[in-house]
Amino acid sequence: MVKIARSDGKYCLGIESSADDFGVGIADFDGTLLANCSDSYIPQEGGIHPREAARHHAEVADSILQQALNQADIKPNKLSCIAFSQGPGLGPSLRTGATVARALAAYLEIPLVGVNHSVAHIEIGKLTTGAQDPLTLYASGGNTMVTAYTAGRYRVFGETLDIALGNCLDVFGREAGLKAKQGLPIGAAIEQLAQNSQQTLISLPYVVKGMDLSLSGLLTAATTTLQTPKTSTCQPSHSLEDVCYSLQEHAFAMVSEVTERALAHTEKKTLLLTGGVAANKRLQTMLSLIAEEHNAAFSVVPKQYATDNGAMIAWTGTLAYKFGLITPIAKSMVKLRWRVDKVDVPWIQ
Amino acid sequence: MDTVDKTPKTQLLKKGAEASLFLTQWYGKEAIIKVRIPKKYRPPTLDQQIRRYRTIHEPQLMHHAKTAGIATPLIYMVNVPQSTIIMQYIKGPQIKTLLNNLDQPNQHALCLQIGKSIAHLHNSGLIHGDLTTSNMIQAQNGQIYFIDFGLGEKNAELEAQGVDLHLFKRALQSTHFSFWEDCLSSVLCGYTSIRGEALSEKVYEKTRQIESRGRYVEERKQ
Repeated sequence: MVKIARSDGKYCLGIESSADDFGVGIADFDGTLLANCSDSYIPQEGGIHPREAARHHAEVADSILQQALNQADIKPNKLSCIAFSQGPGLGPSLRTGATVARALAAYLEIPLVGVNHSVAHIEIGKLTTGAQDPLTLYASGGNTMVTAYTAGRYRVFGETLDIALGNCLDVFGREAGLKAKQGLPIGAAIEQLAQNSQQTLISLPYVVKGMDLSLSGLLTAATTTLQTPKTSTCQPSHSLEDVCYSLQEHAFAMVSEVTERALAHTEKKTLLLTGGVAANKRLQTMLSLIAEEHNAAFSVVPKQYATDNGAMIAWTGTLAYKFGLITPIAKSMVKLRWRVDKVDVPWIQ
Repeated sequence: MDTVDKTPKTQLLKKGAEASLFLTQWYGKEAIIKVRIPKKYRPPTLDQQIRRYRTIHEPQLMHHAKTAGIATPLIYMVNVPQSTIIMQYIKGPQIKTLLNNLDQPNQHALCLQIGKSIAHLHNSGLIHGDLTTSNMIQAQNGQIYFIDFGLGEKNAELEAQGVDLHLFKRALQSTHFSFWEDCLSSVLCGYTSIRGEALSEKVYEKTRQIESRGRYVEERKQ
C-alpha cells in the first residue's frame, strides 16, 4: 500500500528527464510555478546518445534539485508529492529521472506520481496561456501531433507518420554542420539562417495524408539539396540559408495544414502551440494566421515552458494527485511508448 | 472562363480547412461551388502550386471513381486560375452524424457498404487520401457519395492503400471513439468481401507496418 501524504506539504516537485534535458520544477496546487531549473546534455557530435544522456542526468540531478529547492525557497518537507516523467521518451534517460524520483519519494515518505510527458506539455500550455479547451499542436524533437480533449482523454487527430518536426530540423541541422549550444537548440540556428535568407523557395516534397503528415522524405530531399556539389554549369548550388528557409516553409506549411484540418474538423475555438518547436517565430506566425482565419484564439506557450521542463511535470503532477492518481513504486516502471491517447485525464470535466 | 465570377455565391455552406463550399445555382440546378482560398500562412508560390494541383486532380479522380462504380458528385465546371470547382449538390447527412444516430445492425450495414466502396476504389487503382466519415454523404436515394478527393492520387501500390485504411481507422478512432472498433471490423469485413482474403490481408499487413513506424506505438518491435 502507498502512503497518502501525511506531510503538511502543499507543493509538488516534478522531474523531467525524457530526452536530453534534465529538469526539476516545483508547483503548488493553484498553478503557481515556483521553480523551473534544468540542464541540457549537449552531444560532442551526432544526436542524443541515450546512455550518455542518462549519465549526464545522473551527474547533474543533485545540483539541479538543489537549485530548484533554492529557487522556490522551500524545504523538502513542504512537498506533498514527487511527480516524474514516466514516458514516452528514451529508456535510459527516463530511468534516471524515475530513480531520482523514487528515491526522493521514499526518503520523504510521500507519494509518487507518474506523469505522461505529452499530457504535461499540453497542461503547461493551458496553465501559462489560460487557453480553454484548446486544439493543441504539440511539436518537439520527439513528437508532432494535433490533439484535443474529448470524453476523458486527449485524442490524437493528426500526427506524423514517421519522424517528428524537431527531429527533422535537428538532423538536417547536424548534416549542415550546425551545433546546439546550452539553451540554444539547432532549430534556433536554422530559424536564424532562414531569416537571413534571400527567401528563394526551393521545391521540396510536401506530404500531407489526411490529417497526418510525413517528414522523412522532406528531410532526405533537403539534405540532398544541401549536399549537391557546386558545379561549373549554369545551375549554382543553393545557399544554406535558402535551404533552411525552404525546409522551414515546407515543414511548417505541412504541420499548419493538418492543424487547420483538425481545427475545422473539431471546431474548437482556441488553438494552442506547445513543445520545443513552439519557440519558432515563423511557426507561430503561420498558426496565428490559421487561428485568425477560423475565428479561434491563438496561444503559444512561453519559451521557458516550450522545451522539456520540470515545471510542466510538477504542475501535471498536482492535477493527477488531486484526483488520487498516485503511482505505487511497483508500477513506476517507465513507459517508453506511452501514447497521449492512452491516458485518462479526469481533472478535465 | 469568367462564368464562375458571375455565379452568385449565395450561401456559405461549409468553411473547411482547405476550401469553402458555397451553395449556388448552375443553369437552374442547385450546385456547390468549392473555392480553394489562398492560404496566407504559406509562401505564395507554394500555395499556388498546391491549390492548382489539387483543383486539377480532384475532378479527375472523382471522374475516375465513377468509373469504378463509386458515387461522386457530377462536375459542372472547373476554373483552374481561380481554383474553383462547381459540382452537383448532394443533399443528405454526412456519415459522421448518421453513424452516431443508428442502432447497431444499421451501423454494421452502413459500414459494410463503406468498406465495399473503399475496396472498389482501391481495386481501380485509386487512393482517396482523406477517408473520414465527414467526407461521405448518404444521398436521399440511399447511395453513399464520396467527396473531397483533394488529397487523392492514382496509385495502385499496397503502401498507399495501407495508408488510406490507416487514415480511416484513425478518423473512426478520434471521431467515433465509443464504437470505432465495431465500425472498423464491419468496414474491413466489407473490404475483404470485395477484394478477397489474400489481397486484403496483404493490405492489412501493410497498415500494421505503417502503424508500427509511428511514434510511440506499443506494438512497435525494436
